[in-house]
Order: sequence, then structure tokens, then C-alpha cells
Amino acid sequence: MGAYLLRRAVQAIPVLIGISLAAFLLIHLVPGDPARILLGAQATPKAVATLHEQLGLDRPLPTQYLNFITGAVHFEFGESLSQKVGVGKLIGTRAEVTLLLLMMATLLSITIAVPLAVAAALRRNRPVDHSIRLFSMFTFAMPSFLLGLLLILFFSLKLKWLPTSGYGSGFGGHLRALILPALTVGLYLAPILLRTLRIGIIDTLGTEYIEAARARGLARRLIIFKHVLKNSVIPTVTVLGLNIGFLLSGLVVIENVFSLPGLGSELVTAIGNRDYPTIQALTLVFGVSVVAINLLTDLLYSYLDPRVRL
Amino acid sequence: MSADALGLKLGGPGGQAVVARLRKRAAEERRWAKVTLRVGIAIVAIVAFVCFAAPLLGFADPNQQNLLGALKPPSLEHPFGTDALGRDILTRVVYGGRIDLTFAVLTTIAAFVLGTLVGAVAGYRGGWLDTFVNRLVDTVVAFPFIVFILAIVTITGPGLKGAYIGVIAVSWALYARMARAEMLVEREREYILAAKTLGYSTRRIVFRHALPNVVRASIVFSMAEIVLNILLLSSLSYLGLGVQPPTPEWGALVAEGQDVLLTSWWVATLPGLVIVLVGIGFSLIGDGIADRFGRDFSLSGGE
Repeated sequence: MGAYLLRRAVQAIPVLIGISLAAFLLIHLVPGDPARILLGAQATPKAVATLHEQLGLDRPLPTQYLNFITGAVHFEFGESLSQKVGVGKLIGTRAEVTLLLLMMATLLSITIAVPLAVAAALRRNRPVDHSIRLFSMFTFAMPSFLLGLLLILFFSLKLKWLPTSGYGSGFGGHLRALILPALTVGLYLAPILLRTLRIGIIDTLGTEYIEAARARGLARRLIIFKHVLKNSVIPTVTVLGLNIGFLLSGLVVIENVFSLPGLGSELVTAIGNRDYPTIQALTLVFGVSVVAINLLTDLLYSYLDPRVRL
Repeated sequence: MSADALGLKLGGPGGQAVVARLRKRAAEERRWAKVTLRVGIAIVAIVAFVCFAAPLLGFADPNQQNLLGALKPPSLEHPFGTDALGRDILTRVVYGGRIDLTFAVLTTIAAFVLGTLVGAVAGYRGGWLDTFVNRLVDTVVAFPFIVFILAIVTITGPGLKGAYIGVIAVSWALYARMARAEMLVEREREYILAAKTLGYSTRRIVFRHALPNVVRASIVFSMAEIVLNILLLSSLSYLGLGVQPPTPEWGALVAEGQDVLLTSWWVATLPGLVIVLVGIGFSLIGDGIADRFGRDFSLSGGE
């Protein structure tokens, strides 16, 4: 286990370097001088020089990269250009929303996908299976922001059950505010989960030990819950891990639909304001999160399925 | 497993009945696949025709305002209603479709060609080139794709150009990964060894011999990509970082309708549903193609 863990961690290093390089180079790839763009054409040379110094652009490139990495390790990314606060602190306060939303969305998508996958697998190529396939196709083609708006229209504006936007106050208020956004992302993720689960369940149903369980006369329900679903945990974890990037992409858009103060809406605002330090930091954070979660998935996977470690 | 092998395993007359049933089901599935493909092509063709032949079909200026006729619900005169500035929404959807459809097709083709070439060459050659391409692909894929595209938009500034560069820059990596994986398998096959023995050049082997076998999975994938790319452009425009107003684009049209959602549901919803319709159209085509390619593996493959 230790050796496997180490090997996977070492494999992640080049990717992490690539991610940090991409985030670092971002500001240097902007055509023209970022300081001039930010300050406008009338800026005095002195103001430009000051901003250069603040952004660290006056130093040689390798030094800048080294500073960027050292700062990132300490979660220091300089000061936000649009909000007079440290970028690290800004991200810290906003990460809570995104994390909570991520967890709720994952839970909801599992709640939606598992029963549907069982239904589809048990009645393969029957109307139930076909309609679930059609549902998958529908949500796949549905822009996430449209789905969010339709849910707002129905549950918030017509039925007035839930808030239309914002983060609410207090933990209960937060949870209430996150139901619709989480449902949107969950519905968006569910078809992907559903497809893998369905195939997994169909495969498991064909195995000998299920036939043996059947031959022993175990109740169908018991077989499904105790034997089949237990074996679907591994593919579910893997699919969730593999699609974490997809999931985070969804969150970025949905946070904007529901005006949630998370990392995704911050990224879009920062791009609008040309707040380069914030954009760089968020790009790094998103990239590193995906790598970290993929690594975690692998570890969990090897824990659940000892064969992988061999 | 072929039908006969399965019959053998099942053995005897009972097995034959099972085989007959499986054959019938396979035939049904094939017919279904054909229907899916046709329906998909019909949807996409009709929408594309209306969008690109818009002036001939009597759709006038999509930016024509009529403040007195603002926010009118769908009617015979305005099938999709009018927006807050009294512009005909159907006209805007139709002209917006030109941007979205062109974008989806061009970005998909560009990423397909670029990614497949890079991946196939890297996979065939191996060595430092392969290592480099692999690292690059890993890095691009590590980002949530929206974040990567937004990073590109930071560099280019908001607009259609940034969307084109961003989407191609992120999706070539997926094709490269697929082509490389397929090439690693193909490279060891006998026909490649035969071609090598005959002294053919690397270029000829890669492009004329291996590539046609490598791209199958990518072709199926590209249909899903078209849908994704429409969603990406409309998401970007929805966020205000893609196509800029007043130019009509499907995602931007949805965003324009968000403020009047309660009183005038049609402004955001109807353009959105057009995205869904086109997406389903391309998905159906993709399913149809996948089924056709998968025929070798189907139960009736031996016939």
C-alpha cells in the first residue's frame, strides 16, 4: 500500500508543475503590459512602476515563478486588485460555499442515480430503460444554467418554496439556499453516474455468485441491496472522482446563476475586473483540487479493491 | 461473444430458442439505431437549414427593436414572443444559431484534427515526444474545462475569439489522449509490422494505415463534443464572457431573459429549449454512429 501510494503521489508531481506553470504564465501571456491595461493609457510611469512592483513583474521570470510557488505553498497570492484584501483570505472565505455545494450536489446526484440505475439494469431494454436513456440524453443536452433557471422559475417564483438566489443566513439558511443549485448540478451529474452504474449492475447480475445467491433462494430485494449494490460502490467512487473536473465546471456556472459567493462566481468577477492575482490563484486552486481529488479517488479505490495494489 | 458460441454454451434445443430470441432482439436494436440516426439528422438538418437560410425564409434584422411591442407572449406573429426591447425572439434565435452551430462544428473539427494528429504521432513514435505530449495532455485535462477556457479568455479578453481558442485548446487534449491510447494498441498489430517490413515511411504508416483504425472512437466522441461545445459557448456568453450583446447567441439570449423570468418566461426558456433540441439531435446522431461502429461486437456480427 505504501509503495503504491508513493508511486501515485510521484506521478502527480509533473502535472502539478504543469498546472502551476499555466497559472503563473497567465499574466505574462496577456498581450501588452498588464499594469498599463489595468491603469489605463493616462497612467503615470510612476504608477505603472508601483503596480509592477506590487505584482512582482519587475523581477526576472524564474524569480517570479519561484516566488509564486513559495507564496502558493503558504497560500499567499498577494493582494486582490479589485477588493483590497489578500487573495488567499478571499479564497478561504469563499471556498466554504463551493465545498458545501459540491458535497450536496454529489449526495443528490447519488440519490437520483442509484435507484434509476437499478431500475434500468433490472428492466434492461424495456420501456423503463429507454425512458431513463431519454432522460439522460435530455439532461446532457440541457445547458446547466437553463436547468437552474427552470428550477428557479418553478420552485422559487411559482411555488415560492425556496430562495431565488444568494446564500441565506445561518447554517440552515445556507442549506436551504443551496438546495436548488445542488439539485441543478446533481441532475447534471446524475446521467454520467447512471450510465456507469447501470453497466456495473448488469455485469454483476451476470456473475456466478449472484446466480448462487439466487439458487440459494435469497429474496430478490436482498440480493440487490446486499450483493449487487455493494459492488457498485467502487465504480461510483471512480466515476465521481474522474468527473470532478466536470463537476467543478458545473459549479462555476451554477454559482453565477444563483449569485452564490463561491469560488466560481469569484473567478468570473475577477476576469471581468482583470484582477490577475485572483485569477491566477483560482486557476491554481481549481487545478490542484482536481489532481488532489483524483489522487484521493485512487487511494480509496485501492482501499476498496485490494487487487489494485498488486 | 457470437450468437453461435452462446448457443453452444447454452447447449441443446433450449439454447437455440435463446439464440433466436437474442437474434430478434439484436435486429430490433439495429432498426432502432437506424431510426435514432435518421431522427437526429432530421433535427439538426432542419435547424441548420432555417438558421443559414434565414434571410430567404423572411427573417429580417434580429436587432430590430419595437419598444411598443415589448415582452409580448408567443403568438402567430411572434412564435417565440418578443423580448424587453420588442425584438422578435425567434429571429434572434435563428441568427444566433448561425454563430452557435458554426462554432460547434468548427471547434470540434479543429480539436479532432489537431488532437488526433498529435496523439497518433506521439503514440507511434514514443520516446521524449510521447512523454512531452502526455504531460501536456495531463496538465490540460487536470483543469476543470471551464476554468481552463476562462483562463484563455483572461488572455484574449471576452468575445468569440477567446471562446474559439479556449475550446480548441482544451478539447484537443481529449482527442490526443484517445488517439495515443489507440495507437499504442495498433502499433503492435501485424499489419503495421507488415507495412514496416515492406519499408514504408513512418508518415505513410501512420496516416494511411494506422489512422483510419485509430479514429473510430474519436468519431463517436466528437458527436458528444459538438453538443458540449455548444453548451460551452452558450455558458460563456451567459456569463458575459462570450459573444457580446446585442449580437444574438443562444446562451446570451437566455441570460437576457433571466431578469424577466417571472413575468415573461418565454424570453429565457424558448431559446434555451432550442439548445436542448439541437443537443438531442446531435446526441441521436452520435448514438446511431456508435451503434453502427459497434456492429462487429453485436450478437449478430457473424452474419
